[in-house]
Amino acid sequence: MARRRREIGKAGWGRTAFSTVISFIYFFPVLWIILTAFKTHTDALSTPPKFIFTPTLENFVSVFARAYERGGAAVDTHFDLFFFNSIFIAGASVGVALVIGTIAAYGFSRWPLRGNETYLFIILTTRMLPPIIVIIPIFIMFRLSGLSGSYIGIILLYAAFNLPFTIWMMKSFFDEIPREVEDAARMDGSSEMKIFFRICLPQVKAGIAATAVFGLILTWNEFLFALLLTGRDTRTVPVAMAQTIGGDIGVRWGLLAAIETLFLIPVVFVTFLLQNQLLRGVTFGTIKR
Amino acid sequence: MADIELRNLSKHFGTLAAVDDIDLDVEAGEVVCLLGPSGCGKTTTLRMIAGLEDVTAGDIFIAGQRVNDLAPRDRDIAMVFQFYALYPSLTVADNLAFPLHAEKITKEEIDRRVHEIASLLDLSHALNRVPGRLAEGEKQRVAVGRAVIRDPQCFLFDEPLSRLDIAVRQEMRGQIKQLLNGLHKATVIVTHDQIEALTIADRIAVMRDGIIEQVASPHDIFAKPANVFVAGFIGTPQMNLIEARVVDADEDTATVNTLGQEVVLPLHAEVSLQGGGGRRDTPLTVGVRPRGLEPVSEAGPATISGRVDLIEPMGAETLIHLRIGDDDLRVVTSRGLTASVGETLHVAPAEGQVHLFDHDGMRIAS
Repeated sequence: MARRRREIGKAGWGRTAFSTVISFIYFFPVLWIILTAFKTHTDALSTPPKFIFTPTLENFVSVFARAYERGGAAVDTHFDLFFFNSIFIAGASVGVALVIGTIAAYGFSRWPLRGNETYLFIILTTRMLPPIIVIIPIFIMFRLSGLSGSYIGIILLYAAFNLPFTIWMMKSFFDEIPREVEDAARMDGSSEMKIFFRICLPQVKAGIAATAVFGLILTWNEFLFALLLTGRDTRTVPVAMAQTIGGDIGVRWGLLAAIETLFLIPVVFVTFLLQNQLLRGVTFGTIKR
Repeated sequence: MADIELRNLSKHFGTLAAVDDIDLDVEAGEVVCLLGPSGCGKTTTLRMIAGLEDVTAGDIFIAGQRVNDLAPRDRDIAMVFQFYALYPSLTVADNLAFPLHAEKITKEEIDRRVHEIASLLDLSHALNRVPGRLAEGEKQRVAVGRAVIRDPQCFLFDEPLSRLDIAVRQEMRGQIKQLLNGLHKATVIVTHDQIEALTIADRIAVMRDGIIEQVASPHDIFAKPANVFVAGFIGTPQMNLIEARVVDADEDTATVNTLGQEVVLPLHAEVSLQGGGGRRDTPLTVGVRPRGLEPVSEAGPATISGRVDLIEPMGAETLIHLRIGDDDLRVVTSRGLTASVGETLHVAPAEGQVHLFDHDGMRIAS
């Protein structure tokens, strides 16, 4: 906090005000969603839009249980499961990608292969196609292998999608740390395993955090593959949210906004948790050691 | 007690020979400095001894055992790295203890050794800090401490003092010399700083372009440089190296034509131009250190005359540049000489201060 205050002092009031205005414009849609989440259906649809209203939590309740027909009894929507699915699938796939990607990146950085750059490029090419192009073969593969609708299937798929990015990110972090330290450990009697775990990994903590956050956001928001490859029990929130649109009373904007607000919380939470690491992660190597 | 032997050691990077067929012996208890300009292969040599770099050709022996194919950790060597290479995520105490984990010793013994080394190197106050929070000098001492804590067979230092500022550097130089004297191990130090080499080393190996130009004691390197490169590399201000042609030579003197003047040079007892080298018109390089030239009041057969071009006061001494034709002759004088720019100054090479090199640049000695 102390640092932030000093920076505002440095920037001066004019610039601070300017950035505040810009930030407000940027964040207005988010703010609007959060506001809408607390509005009744009537308030949400009123023109001109209401900024002052009596907040209600009914939307949040309906996220988890609501009547599907006018006058019907409230039914469990299974959104608790969908939230669990989103968290579990995103967490597990990023975890798998980080474990494999970090080790691979260390290899690419420290024991380059003949044609190392080519390998790295080829790894990246897997992300050059728009996902929609590969969806049909992947769909067929999932059908044939029985992975469709399973946790393991979607986790592996997301992990594979996160891998190129993870390898590239982590390689650049490993490239930045001085090799002398590893040489020192080598002379001090360490095995290569010990060098990796005790010397190198702690130095790229910030990088791991940054990579994890980017991977989590990417996976968290993914819609297309989740729509086609998850089943009723493994559905993620974006898919479930899309299926909430519609119904006999028109689009329930308040309900959607409430889902979105809840959907934002884990990302915000993780980002804040890793904020310090993240800042160091994205500024890695830009500061003279 | 172990010694290090390098035999026909070479290292090629692609077509570049970073180290080219060198031989070097480091006796047990001896401190040898590899000294040379950047890119001369000194660090590569050190890294090959350490086992961090593969050997292209030749052999390395430590205590008589060929270690070419041994992993660094099996060579029982400790090394101090140029950028200290402290483990950034570990505290000073853990950094010091790190090399001991590879050995089978009890935790109490590790603690005892860590505290012993810490108090020896004045680090006791910093044991719980991480390297990022240490001053440069402290980092350097941790690096040294981590090397000596294990009692290895030999020590390697890569530019140990290059990152310190001058005041700390002088102090550390003394401390390291003292420490090395006490340890009495075969030690190789890489440096590009000749003062460091001259003060710490028992012997200096001057390297250039992957080969060793000369190995000798600091005194001999300075007093009897083997060739023009060593002569020019060692000593500040740099030795004057001027082209000359023999006019005449006898046992004690050589008359040469240099800088457009005929000068009678007093020869060192060990230098002889009798025989082939003394033939008229033989090309030579004459080397005289700036401190070996003495200003004299009158021009004579043994003096060189030039116009004072630039005067650089250096504290106790003064560096005077004499312009003779297109050449620059550096003279250092400690006397309260009142020369001024533009006037003509006569200088005479002092007895025993003249070095002669043949046209291949090799020292001429009897």
